[in-house]
Amino acid sequence: MSTGLNDTEIINQVLRGNHQAYAVLVDRYQAYVFTLCLRIVKTREDAEEVAQDVFVKAYRYLADFKGASKFTTWLYTIVNNTCISFLRKKKLDIRSLDDENVFASADSQVSDMQANQVEQKSRVQMVNNAIALLSPDDAQVITLFYKAEQSLEEMAQVLGIETNAVKVRLHRARTRLKEKMERNFATELKDLN
Amino acid sequence: MDNNATQPDNNMEERLWQFIDGSASADEKTVISELLEKEAAWKEKYHELLEIHQLVNATELESPSMRFTKNVMEQITRQHIAPATRTYINNRIIWGLGFFFIALLISMLVYGFGQTTFSSGSDNNISQQLDKVNISRFFSNNWINAFMFINVVIGLILLDHYFSTRKKTFRQEM
Repeated sequence: MSTGLNDTEIINQVLRGNHQAYAVLVDRYQAYVFTLCLRIVKTREDAEEVAQDVFVKAYRYLADFKGASKFTTWLYTIVNNTCISFLRKKKLDIRSLDDENVFASADSQVSDMQANQVEQKSRVQMVNNAIALLSPDDAQVITLFYKAEQSLEEMAQVLGIETNAVKVRLHRARTRLKEKMERNFATELKDLN
Repeated sequence: MDNNATQPDNNMEERLWQFIDGSASADEKTVISELLEKEAAWKEKYHELLEIHQLVNATELESPSMRFTKNVMEQITRQHIAPATRTYINNRIIWGLGFFFIALLISMLVYGFGQTTFSSGSDNNISQQLDKVNISRFFSNNWINAFMFINVVIGLILLDHYFSTRKKTFRQEM
């Protein structure tokens, strides 16, 4: 079976005609891709649709993967582009980092979440809820850094920006996450201390 | 008091984040370690940021539906792997086209200068000299007209190719 093989070996198998080997890559990275999509497109249904689309696109253009970067870096570039296209199609704003409206609209979602807070007191859920309140840009950069095991240089490649710009984005995203947590989950934060 | 400690709060946070991430330089790490020992404000902020860092690190990845892999594999049975871009974009052709157009431009310039009669007059004013240039002489030549016509045709073909590619991409995305 292909499960013990590394990404490049599996890709070579797929390119040689063993299409079933691709399932190993899908299994291996579906949670990463789905989480990234979810952080950007916000709903599970949309995230599932976009994540499937990402894997289909990756399969179609697999011959273009040159191995110069990690497979995940290449895959997350497809995630980034597919999510942006999806948001554009849904006519949602792809808001800039400096757009203050993003906070106003995100805060409106808080009331729905507060209803569930009693059941969602765990640390993980609180952080996930706070990330869900962030703009797609901020949520994406935080997820890439903390969950997708990408270095700043790899993130720069995925996002198509300079490494220094990634640092700035990450810093701003973390500052906003901290603000969200303090503003909306102050009680939970206090309980944790 | 240390100058570093009096820097704006935002700068303190940025430096502390880099310290927490491990992306700060060795010198910077030493400076921040000293600040953390000496300055209560830095220490407090450090613990605050470290807690957030650990909380975000502790989050788990979300899982898609159980059928996810199956759905993807069903979809790819209807797909074919596209040939690698590098196999159908031949660099030699691109370079060849580049050289061809550069050679055309150079030959056109050489021809143009060859047709010009240079004379040293007493009038050194460039704008007045330019007025004397007979442009119609260049564009009345059949070769130049043919060259311009070929360029227009090539331009139209490239434009058509560009729009048809965009149309195809748009349909694929739909």
